[in-house]
Amino acid sequence: MTGRSPLRRREDHAGQPESAPVPRAMHGTALGPGALRRRAGRRALATRLGLMALPVAFFGLFFGYPVAAIVGRGLHVDGRWQFGRFAEVLSDPGIGQVLWFTTWQAAASTALTLLLALPGAYVLARFSFPGKQTLRAVVTVPFVLPTVVVGAAFLGLLGRGGLLNDLWGVRLDTTVWAILLAHVFFNYAVVVRTVGGLWSQLDPRQEEAARLLGAGRFAAWRRVTLPALVPALAAAALMVFLFTFTSFGVVQILGGPGYATLEVEIYRQTAQMLDLPTASVLTLLQFAAVASMLGVHAWTVRRREGALRLVDPAATSRRPHGAGEWSLLGGVLLSVVLLVLLPLGVLVERSLRGPDGYSLIHYRALASADGGTFLVPPLEAVGNSLRFAAVATVIALVVGGLAAAALTRGAGRLVRGFDALLMLPLGTSAVTVGFGFLIALDAPPLDLRSSWILVPLAQALVGVPFVVRVMLPVLRAVDDRLRQAASVLGASPLRAWREVDLPMVRRALLLAAGFAFAVSLGEFGATVFIARPDEPTLPVAIARLLGRAGELNYGQAMALSTVLMLVCALTLLALERIRPARSGEF
Amino acid sequence: MNRTTRRTATAVLASLTGASLLAACGSGGDGEDGAADDTVTLVTHNSFELSDEVLERFTEDTGYTLEILRAGDGGVMVNQAVLSAGNPQGDVLFGVDNTLLSRALDEGVFAPHRAAGLDRVPEELQLDAGEWRVTPMDIGDICVNYDRAWFEDASLEPPQTLDELADPDYRDLLVVQNASTSTPGLGFLLGTVAAFGEDGWQDYWERLTENGVRVVEGWEQAYYEEFSGSSGNGDRPLVVSYASSPPVEVVYGSDPEPEQAPTGVSTGTCFRQIEFAGLLEGADNPEGGKALIDFMLSPAFQEDVPLQMFVNPVRDDVELPEVFTRYGVRIEDPYHLEPDAITEHRSRWVNEWTNLVVR
Repeated sequence: MTGRSPLRRREDHAGQPESAPVPRAMHGTALGPGALRRRAGRRALATRLGLMALPVAFFGLFFGYPVAAIVGRGLHVDGRWQFGRFAEVLSDPGIGQVLWFTTWQAAASTALTLLLALPGAYVLARFSFPGKQTLRAVVTVPFVLPTVVVGAAFLGLLGRGGLLNDLWGVRLDTTVWAILLAHVFFNYAVVVRTVGGLWSQLDPRQEEAARLLGAGRFAAWRRVTLPALVPALAAAALMVFLFTFTSFGVVQILGGPGYATLEVEIYRQTAQMLDLPTASVLTLLQFAAVASMLGVHAWTVRRREGALRLVDPAATSRRPHGAGEWSLLGGVLLSVVLLVLLPLGVLVERSLRGPDGYSLIHYRALASADGGTFLVPPLEAVGNSLRFAAVATVIALVVGGLAAAALTRGAGRLVRGFDALLMLPLGTSAVTVGFGFLIALDAPPLDLRSSWILVPLAQALVGVPFVVRVMLPVLRAVDDRLRQAASVLGASPLRAWREVDLPMVRRALLLAAGFAFAVSLGEFGATVFIARPDEPTLPVAIARLLGRAGELNYGQAMALSTVLMLVCALTLLALERIRPARSGEF
Repeated sequence: MNRTTRRTATAVLASLTGASLLAACGSGGDGEDGAADDTVTLVTHNSFELSDEVLERFTEDTGYTLEILRAGDGGVMVNQAVLSAGNPQGDVLFGVDNTLLSRALDEGVFAPHRAAGLDRVPEELQLDAGEWRVTPMDIGDICVNYDRAWFEDASLEPPQTLDELADPDYRDLLVVQNASTSTPGLGFLLGTVAAFGEDGWQDYWERLTENGVRVVEGWEQAYYEEFSGSSGNGDRPLVVSYASSPPVEVVYGSDPEPEQAPTGVSTGTCFRQIEFAGLLEGADNPEGGKALIDFMLSPAFQEDVPLQMFVNPVRDDVELPEVFTRYGVRIEDPYHLEPDAITEHRSRWVNEWTNLVVR
């Protein structure tokens, strides 16, 4: 094989996606009639099952089993199933309100995030400008910040004496707007990374061709680019929805105790009241809601996916020209400044605010080792954080990569079910998973309760869906005939994957890795509810500092949050730079 | 194989190797599981702290190495212990308080051990005397704190009692925590139940609501974002916190020796919290666990408690550090409720409170 990929010689399908999506039946059936087809079909099935084995085992053991155990413990009391609880809990009008609020705030947050972040995805995909990589890393930083800290930043902006209050006398704290804006802040990167990843690999010449043929700018985008983006868009929307559907800290801190999501209610019933029967019913309710959401998603995406003409992202971006493009870029940068940088800036400002004006006193306090005044040496916390996140990222990439590869091949019912299973952890209450770990993984050979590995495992549960969702649209866009051509030429499946798929998904892989890393660094999900050995990570150390009175503790917590942001941004930048020198060519 | 692919493969391989190496480092502390006999595992909450000297002293005195597992806040920790009763995560649990004690005892979480040194602990703190399943370890008081500078500027006397908090003079000044998810929030609610009775506290909270009490989610938001003392981010000069918060403000403040602490305590608003430790039923190392409990009741540990966790020791022969005696107050007659009553009525009270104050 030469250095040039067969990509360039491909037929183009994306021009008419509505009329001619690649038939799904084509996978594994192109070799010819009769026995050959059946044999190929069987081999494809075997490959698929082989690829699925590890992800299925991973999810079965670390998600399905613990969740089933804790739900079972709640519903099976004194040797009897307590199904009467369903009627009791579900007929409570308060629960109906909670479910309604949970759903509509998630839908509104998703819509708002898409609205604000899609221009950002476009700009990052299509334009080249200085600082682009930094921008992509910066918008991901919110992911790693503990919600208590984000809550402080938003209160500083939207609350009493905040910027809005000073300028226009507007206060948004304890309103639903504070919740929605914080959700945009957290999830901006989800849209930019998921949609932008695919967008940057779509050939702009198709849209240009449509315009040459007389279509207006918007019509060309709507008819050519949008249909090709639908899988990635749907994936991003699904993830934002699931994330905000299970939102916990943001709703509590910014909305105040008057707002409750299902997640908050499950936390209260499980972790505070230990009313497991009620919590179990609520968990199943959450499952039902999430499952119907996944159903809608599958239905939207099913007929839209097909092979696309993918090109090197470096070839699709150019300097913006014309007043319209420059103002679009300006608008996006402004929105990033307002939505992402400003809240982060509040934290940095507070970390610098000493008793006698601005100073580095809190950073110095972090760096000095004199006894007792700080709880965790910060360098040690950085090391622990990076270590846990690296392990979790590797687990997420391996499990998610295999799963995505399996999902690319065919879309039978089995595979769709598997797809949904992978997304469920995002829509499951963290306390359910955490307490599930506690009672399920409690006997040899799987007594992992006091093992450090439990933390990265729990983090990987949240990371895997991101890896799958980022990689899948790109993997599915790879024309299967390329793989077939490779295997006709004698390549083993592994070799075909390495030579055909890997070069095209490399970028998506890196984006996915960045995500999984940020999710782990931010200690999302069940980790909060896992008893863990004395290896404090940055978010844990911040929480411990914030749990104490004293203005120096507060300042140090803010300083450590700034350190966490920097660690995240620098690692993501470094990750994005792992690329071959000759990136201009596949 | 083209060059690009090879480079990518190398990068992936390198990061995989790197990660497994890191993972290997991480497992360093894990290999001692087999030799559980010289390790004692303490399950506790996130606020547990202990100085290095005292930690070393424990190993010197007893020969055991201490391993600490932290499991979120007190509520999460106790409920985890209930769920794993009989097959616990460690040997000793530290930090179950009087609001959660009955549940833990009823569920058979603890095994009996009569700690050495109990004779130096006042009897009213020994809530499980006779069965000795838990041992009192420290006392803290949940009290309203006030911002001295604010009240001086306003030429107003800070309130000292619960009744005064409902006085129109103090309208819109108090911030409290959500009683359903926050420990101080629950403690303050229980204090009002103790003060006004099972049928009277609802009226009191209606008065507080009319007087503009603000409810926020947790202690961090209340103290750092709404309270005008401390970080100075907020605008309310009254907050539910701890009796020890003023000395903490001095220890972690900019001025090491101020005339008085920047915040004060409304001494008539306090609810007493007692924290206990107990040997976990089914512990791998019960002997080590007993040694740990004895050690935690010894003067060495008890003297360490005030400046590490900012609570008072239970031993009557341990002196408080100067910063406590100089800047703190001793709460003479705090409100308290029987643990049984708390366990029995807690969820009803919290639900009623939520409907009354939050919704």
